[in-house]
Amino acid sequence: MDYATLLQILDSTLRLATPLLLACLAGLYSERAGVFDIGLEGKMLMAAMASGAVAFLTGSVWLGLLAGIGASLVLAAIHGLASITFRGNQLIAGVALNFLASGITVLIAQRLFGQGGRTPPLTGDGRFGPITLPFADALKDVPIFGPLYHEVISGHSFLVYLAIALVPFTWWVLYRTRFGLRLRAVGENPAAVDTAGVSVVGLRFAAVGITGILCGLAGAYMATALQAGFGREMTAGRGYIALAALIFAKWRPVAALWACLLFGFFQALALRPDVVEAVVQVKIPVPFLDALPYILTVVVLAGFIGKAIPPRAGGEPYVKER
Amino acid sequence: MDETSNAMFPRWADLILVPLISLLLAAIISALVLLAIGQSPVEAINVMVDGALGSSYGWGYTLYYTTSFIFTGLAVTIAFHASLFNIGGEGQAQLGGLGVALVCLAFPWPHWSLALLAATLGAAAFGAAWAAVPAYLQAKRGSHIVITTIMFNYIASALIVYLLVDVLRPAGQMDPATARFPEGAKLPTLDMIPGFNLIFLKPVPANVTLFIALAMAVVVWAILWRTRLGYQIRAFGKSEPAAKYAGINPTKIILVTMILSGALAGMMSINNVMGEAERLLQNSAEGAGFIGIAVALMGRNHPFGVVLAAFLFGFLYQGGAELGLWTSIPIEMRIVVQGLVILFTGALDMMVRMLLTKAFGLFQSRKLGAV
Repeated sequence: MDYATLLQILDSTLRLATPLLLACLAGLYSERAGVFDIGLEGKMLMAAMASGAVAFLTGSVWLGLLAGIGASLVLAAIHGLASITFRGNQLIAGVALNFLASGITVLIAQRLFGQGGRTPPLTGDGRFGPITLPFADALKDVPIFGPLYHEVISGHSFLVYLAIALVPFTWWVLYRTRFGLRLRAVGENPAAVDTAGVSVVGLRFAAVGITGILCGLAGAYMATALQAGFGREMTAGRGYIALAALIFAKWRPVAALWACLLFGFFQALALRPDVVEAVVQVKIPVPFLDALPYILTVVVLAGFIGKAIPPRAGGEPYVKER
Repeated sequence: MDETSNAMFPRWADLILVPLISLLLAAIISALVLLAIGQSPVEAINVMVDGALGSSYGWGYTLYYTTSFIFTGLAVTIAFHASLFNIGGEGQAQLGGLGVALVCLAFPWPHWSLALLAATLGAAAFGAAWAAVPAYLQAKRGSHIVITTIMFNYIASALIVYLLVDVLRPAGQMDPATARFPEGAKLPTLDMIPGFNLIFLKPVPANVTLFIALAMAVVVWAILWRTRLGYQIRAFGKSEPAAKYAGINPTKIILVTMILSGALAGMMSINNVMGEAERLLQNSAEGAGFIGIAVALMGRNHPFGVVLAAFLFGFLYQGGAELGLWTSIPIEMRIVVQGLVILFTGALDMMVRMLLTKAFGLFQSRKLGAV
């Protein structure tokens, strides 16, 4: 494999890892606050449809992004209502929202555009264009580093850089702010937080809201940057891969970045089976590469590569009066 | 689940009113969704009833779907009783399909009854094996079964794709599928069964598997409420520490329950793979594994309720397909309804109970006031 191919694969790794990373950080806030969310997939899908549709109708990708966040927040609100207010089963609520999103996105897109549940292709300002980082062109001819900077690091959309910037930001919020401390506490021992006079319900809703916003970004990225428009089931299980990455990263933000890059790398490899074959000299079936993130997650869950221990109060609705 | 039921809230209301009101709420929201996309809910329900129940042809499909959903609904139900949420029915059903295909293609079966017996065992064994791994990991390593079963769904679908493309596909065939099953493995459909052929005049996909599904509902009921094992499963589901104290082995219960659950999900594929497609295709379960969740919740985790709910979803699936054919309502409408039913019966059931408790409270205080 030559250097140019490697750069190509790393470039698609970064592009494919971005929606995973946004969704993974989304799940991190919710689950750290003790609300399990297997509805990341549905929220992303909903956001992808809303942003694709609004970006096409208004011609502005920014309005599309806002619509995506709004749509994702609606689902997040239902999730919060069911799992925080009415203390329902969080896992079942997530499953329900995934189905709801899977169906309703097609219904709305079909109603608006009549193109078999797709949104029309986006062009120009309807999409997030690539951003050329400073000196990318000037440094292009520097050996080794030049192409790396020009091909891999520069030339992505705004959301890719935002996603990466959100990693240190999330770390700072979680470990260096009062809100972060309370958020982590409410996921481990809500009764203690309650005793301290802080609202468990308020904190959990805030966390679920942040999850909604980040899933909105992830979905909008799918429809307006990674691809040009929404297609049915376009998230294709990414919400679940993000969930897997979250567990793989043991619910920590910086590790989440590495996990998502790794799983993005697998997705990039699955697109280039010829390269894989050339490197390992054995024919590796593409489905195996597709399944690799899931297999790794099971291995991690089984505790063979360090133990993944979820937040202690995760999945448990908080009842004030015991 | 029973913590809110008290003297103010009779048992019959909890058993019958709660699911009915949940269903009603799901129906109302579905109607609003239809109105929002500019369609008529009345026309939709007419097309659905006509398409699913208005002809023997429609019944043939409705019962075919019902059969699959009984299996997957029972699979989720039995796991729920042990407080295990098996989302892996889809993968277990796909693996069950592999078991069916391997058995059916193994040799030219002389009679369908022998083939059915062997294929049922094959389906159950493969489904059970696919559920046993997450069960073992939950019991021995503490890995959350919800996450592992989700992961196993994806691994199963990748495995089946690989096997169909690279291993099981006959030479010269383009589409990724196994060879067609031999004639001797062809299951009688309802139109071929004496008595039923008076009603079903034309070939329908519903087949003898329907009776196996109904028998399984009885078997699951008997296991859960008439055996020591069932008692242990339910005790474990209610309280793990109490069950442990009573000498129930958690590892054994988790493994046995999930093996039963996986076997039931796997057995679904004698209906669709052996009874209908007559070869193994990609994505053979077509979401039936997930519908099992809705069916189990709607059926209040009782085999009798599961059969009723499976029929309801069979109606929804056949009716929804007809909507896609005859109206401009996309077929995805049925996934919306499915999501709403899961949401209201599974996650917002407390809301419905709170509403009902209030209503009963009002009713009772008025009675007291009259005295």
